[in-house]
Amino acid sequence: MTSTKIDLGPLVPRRRDMHPVPYDPEYKTSVPRSPRWSLLSMESTPSEETGPRFGHSVLGPLDNNLILNWSKDGTGAIGERVLMHGRVMDEFGRPVPNTLIEIWQANAGGRYRHVKDTYFAPLDPNFGGCGRTITDDEGRYQFLTVRPGAYPWPNRGNDWRPMHIHISVFGHSFGQRLITQMYFEGDPLIDRCPIAATIKSRSQLDRLVAPLDLSMSRPLDYLAYKFDIVLRGRRQSMFENKLEGM
Amino acid sequence: MVQSLDTLIETPSQTGGPYVHIGCIPTFAGLGAVYPEDLGLRAIEDGAKGEIITLTGEVVDGTGWAFRDALLESWQPDAAGKFAGQVGADPKVNGFARFAADKDTGLWSLRTVKPGRVITRDGRLQAPHISLWIAARGINIGLHTRVYFDDEENESDPLLLRIEQRNRVPTLIAKKTAPGHYRFDIHLQGPLETVFLDI
Repeated sequence: MTSTKIDLGPLVPRRRDMHPVPYDPEYKTSVPRSPRWSLLSMESTPSEETGPRFGHSVLGPLDNNLILNWSKDGTGAIGERVLMHGRVMDEFGRPVPNTLIEIWQANAGGRYRHVKDTYFAPLDPNFGGCGRTITDDEGRYQFLTVRPGAYPWPNRGNDWRPMHIHISVFGHSFGQRLITQMYFEGDPLIDRCPIAATIKSRSQLDRLVAPLDLSMSRPLDYLAYKFDIVLRGRRQSMFENKLEGM
Repeated sequence: MVQSLDTLIETPSQTGGPYVHIGCIPTFAGLGAVYPEDLGLRAIEDGAKGEIITLTGEVVDGTGWAFRDALLESWQPDAAGKFAGQVGADPKVNGFARFAADKDTGLWSLRTVKPGRVITRDGRLQAPHISLWIAARGINIGLHTRVYFDDEENESDPLLLRIEQRNRVPTLIAKKTAPGHYRFDIHLQGPLETVFLDI
């Protein structure tokens, strides 16, 4: 061991059975968009172990406040005020500090600010629907937003998305890259959603359901939901050579 | 009974959905100036050392349709094989870029510098390549692949050597169409299905 840093090994191989299946006929768009051949597995290289890093300089002061970051005159977005918070860590439980998290979501009525979303629910003139932040030294993050509405979508005859917030996380390695969705405790639409159901492990799906967290709720202001995120870890071994500069 | 492992399981992926652009490239998505500019707008800044190249391609689904809502990300080293953040890396090479299929044509393009060779942990030299990651509606877990170049020495690349069906190797190799221009189409299914990576 020439270094005391403990995170220099290869990425732990992904457990694909803990992820959604790529091909699921109940989620129709996955049918033509899922590879048919097996993935090529190989130990990670610097191409996957390194990754882009973003500093606080990219952030604006309201980037993690979706209630205000689209408002032109300080009028807040319409909806139930919610604090989304949690921690990003790796498979070994180590915090992942200073990593960029981006979120996007529908407004309180279930409508996205997008030219292709033509749902009846109106746009909120004070809600854009995206935010971003960088985790602190202990991997913690927070967003202030409104609870997104459930909405119907064209798939099977009558499919509805449960209330959800989309989340993109970088980690420190390009091979850790992850996009996922947070659901809300108690939403009966989770168990009827074909996108949620692409995850075949019930315990894994449960990990996308954020519990109500009254300990972090601010009285007379907002409810809180906790959503922790686990990214791939990097193996540490005393029996692997470490090359200079890696 | 045995001791319990104290490792955690990775959070499962979910599709980025049809509005992934709102979260990742909001200006492109029409949200206006929520951020000063979209993240990953440029893989390189003016003055990057090396050969400046443009990669162009489509992301094609199993029906042969170049779909319009693909979001792509790229990550690569500079012309000398150093990644941003490493000692001696070219400060003009960000290495990361985000770009989307055009909403009318499905074409995407990436302007960058041709990457240098990078050595693996066990000391083998990899051929120059750019890592790509693709997210879209219907893609439940992001698709990872690599772009190699048809005018480089690819024969001894450790990853390409692992592809058993040698007829699939060309799916990872961009074709030069003009000086500084390469074509790289990504096929999710069919006889030309791109080799996707679990790496």
